[in-house]
Amino acid sequence: MIRARTFMDAKTQSHSNAELNWWIFMRISGLILVFLVLGHIYMTFIQVSESDATFTAVVGKLANPAWKFYDWLILALALMHGSNGARYSIEDYVRTRPNRAWVKGVFYTVVGLIFAFGTIGLFSI
Amino acid sequence: MTQTQHETSTAPAAAQQALPMLHIKVKILRFDPEKDRKAHWETYAIDAQAGDRVLDVINEVKWYQDHSLTFRRSCMHGICGSDAMLINGRNRLACKTLVRDVAKDGGTITIEPIRGLKVEKDLLVDMEPFFDSYKAIMPYFINESPAPAAERIQSEEEAERMAQSSNCILCACCTTSCPIFWVNGSYLGPAAIVQAHRFIFDTRDEATEQRLNIMNQNTGVWRCRTAYNCTEACPRDIPITQLIEEVKRAVMYQQA
Repeated sequence: MIRARTFMDAKTQSHSNAELNWWIFMRISGLILVFLVLGHIYMTFIQVSESDATFTAVVGKLANPAWKFYDWLILALALMHGSNGARYSIEDYVRTRPNRAWVKGVFYTVVGLIFAFGTIGLFSI
Repeated sequence: MTQTQHETSTAPAAAQQALPMLHIKVKILRFDPEKDRKAHWETYAIDAQAGDRVLDVINEVKWYQDHSLTFRRSCMHGICGSDAMLINGRNRLACKTLVRDVAKDGGTITIEPIRGLKVEKDLLVDMEPFFDSYKAIMPYFINESPAPAAERIQSEEEAERMAQSSNCILCACCTTSCPIFWVNGSYLGPAAIVQAHRFIFDTRDEATEQRLNIMNQNTGVWRCRTAYNCTEACPRDIPITQLIEEVKRAVMYQQA
């Protein structure tokens, strides 16, 4: 049972596994990203020569939904992994609640925009 | 006869030669709340032997050079955990640090109060926030079931699980070396988590779940970024970061 007078007290007393889940997510997504990004680097810089890297070649490759999903997975995981890491730093170093609120607000907006533009760009090809 | 005379006359000389005095400087960060607005450095010249403890050096300053120097110390044998201070940039117990390990002849030892807690005077800090987070983890044995006739038996392996965390002397070396504790006052800190570890992994204790729930909060183990400062600072050689990871895993498996 929760006995608390303010919303913040109730929040600290209620128990939530959010931080635990993020901690597990960071470990798993980090591991997956290593392989996804290494594969991406191999395909774009080693497998393909400079003359092959044309607009039509890229469009042709991304016509395959599997490659679309591959690229979108890098986008989504990297943004979530990175923004959660940045959230850790913001919560550690930005001490007052109003400052934390606007720093996080601006940051999440930028991350949301990058994700939206990335997704639109990827699926509109 | 002459030979024995020769021996007795050289013995003290040999002893003196083996223990030369080091001429060192001690630079201490001083702060007097009644006079100073900001802390300032003061340097004292001291002759010390290589085997002297840093605490002996500070005592020398207090007894013979500047009586107003304020610091905590009690047992002077590394058990009470009173004299944690920042010596040459690292948190250590002044009574467990030898002069030869921190300074050469002609060198300087710098001493500052431990960081992240309010300085009351000189090397004396307000330990209340530190003990508040210690109290938050319920640092006492909880077992509501009736006690057996003889004793609550624990196997050697079970005792081994909590052996390292029970070495903690609450000196605050670890917590005040933690960068997250410096910038974020709501983090419980390594010392409190080590104390929680001691009870969580005590097979005779019954409040494991409650303590794991305290650890699972935003102010608990998830604030640890594994900077390893605590492990390096611990004067009792407790592998603190590893113990915090063990608590993280215990929280994870309890929720699974």
